[in-house]
Amino acid sequence: MKLDTVALVETPEGTDLHAEVVGLVPRALAYTLDFLIRMGIIIVLGIVFSFLGKAGEGLYLILFFVLEWWYPVYFEVFRGGQTWGKKSFKIKVVNDDLTPISFGPSLTRNLLRAADFFPAMYVCGCISVLTTSRFQRLGDLAAGTIVIYEEEERYVSHSLDQVSAVAPSYPLTEEQQSAFINFALNRGRMSRDRQTEIAEIIRPRLPLNATDAAKYARGVGKWLLGAR
Amino acid sequence: MKQLEFEGRYSAFWNEMESVLADTSKASALTLSEFPRDYRRVCQHLAMAKSRRYATGLIERLNALVQAGYEVLYGGAFRRRGSIIEFLSFGFPAALRSNGVFIWAAAAVFLLPYVLIMIACMVNDQLIYSVMDASSVRNMESMYDPALRKLGRERQSDSDIMMFGFYIYNNISIAFKCFATGIFLGVGSLFVLFFNGLQIGAVSGHLTALGYSETFYPFVVGHGSFELTAIVFSGAAGLKLGFSLLAPGPYSRRKALQYAAKDAIKIVYGVFVMLLIAAFIEAFWSSSSSLPIAVKYSVGAALWAFVYYYCFFFARTRVAAYHSQYAA
Repeated sequence: MKLDTVALVETPEGTDLHAEVVGLVPRALAYTLDFLIRMGIIIVLGIVFSFLGKAGEGLYLILFFVLEWWYPVYFEVFRGGQTWGKKSFKIKVVNDDLTPISFGPSLTRNLLRAADFFPAMYVCGCISVLTTSRFQRLGDLAAGTIVIYEEEERYVSHSLDQVSAVAPSYPLTEEQQSAFINFALNRGRMSRDRQTEIAEIIRPRLPLNATDAAKYARGVGKWLLGAR
Repeated sequence: MKQLEFEGRYSAFWNEMESVLADTSKASALTLSEFPRDYRRVCQHLAMAKSRRYATGLIERLNALVQAGYEVLYGGAFRRRGSIIEFLSFGFPAALRSNGVFIWAAAAVFLLPYVLIMIACMVNDQLIYSVMDASSVRNMESMYDPALRKLGRERQSDSDIMMFGFYIYNNISIAFKCFATGIFLGVGSLFVLFFNGLQIGAVSGHLTALGYSETFYPFVVGHGSFELTAIVFSGAAGLKLGFSLLAPGPYSRRKALQYAAKDAIKIVYGVFVMLLIAAFIEAFWSSSSSLPIAVKYSVGAALWAFVYYYCFFFARTRVAAYHSQYAA
């Protein structure tokens, strides 16, 4: 894969692990959600503490401090790299070697929010995310962390149950083979019209006895997977 | 081997791995027995699936499995780094002592404007208005006016708690920002240090010139030990970040920044604790006006002595040993 949103890490076993890094928009949305959650908590507790007089005011400021600086650290370290906002967008923070984030890097990246925020509205952070290859804000660069998508939806191997395998009528290159296989396996994620549209590309090379291009392509895909 | 045959042969094993890895605690327990072997087997399957160009879906599934196993096997190793008490006894002083240059630099940027403007404000009683606005000056003057203090208004304990919260929120946020903005080649930290030095110096000079020494100094001497020192330390940590970008040495700038941050964050842990202590002293001890001035001065002196002894002289050999053990 030559997609530039993929972070590759070689494990000690010599296998390449890959993860897809998250761009600016989902991160900003997740942040906004976290921000709203934090504001909600602050408003509710502000009302509660207002009944406690001056001592309540002090406790409220401590709470404000904790929510501002420690809320993300708690979730990143103890809840698998996900604040509520990140969880709802299915993204998470990890170290750049894809191990779970620990306390030091988490605190580093969250303290450096102050620098990312500078001068206002995360301007520096946005510039940094947009210009670095793994979409890291300044805090991520200093802490050595990246934000990645959680694993994809599960792969369903029985999506081919009703398809009968068809031997290809002409020799296929390696790339063509994987195109057929992926077409066959990704059926569930595409609308019927889109499937037909894609499959029509091979219409000129369709054998005479085949009429439905999409069905033929799936059959070839299944055959290439090893079914007979 | 075709993909379907490959899947048929191993999918039971993968399913089992998936159910094992779904429960993190169970997987950690398995780290001791056959888990590493099974994990390596999945790694091998992933490598095979990739080189044989099996479908993306299968590769994704195996990748997710390897990822989960990798987290279980290697993630835990980075967690344990000694206890908090061990860190506060040796780790924090070690981090400070190995970054002496940055601390000297930060101290200079804080203290020079402090001393200069303090003298200037003692000479010229209008100069304070170029650093603070008029209402803040009035506010501050009335806070420390001995004539008002003599009325004997002892603050209530609930307003002590309020001030405690305020000091935590305000002072620690300043220290954190002072550290964070150091990433801009140190400029942010320099600014925060310089500006705070200027402001605190101006206040001290102005109040001294007004003859409010007997209320001002007993108030600040106690918590100042922790607070002012901690602000300088946070600036030093920020300068370290900035300097790593200016002079990365043998590393790439990115790597140099990461190494610097790893060290600097240890200073920030300590700064956090110091400022908690400072907020506590400031809210519950410094504010008390019923204690004799002599007691406040002697406790203040003891606190300053403690802070400097602890940071730079305490347990030298053990701290050095701790440093060489964890520096690598």
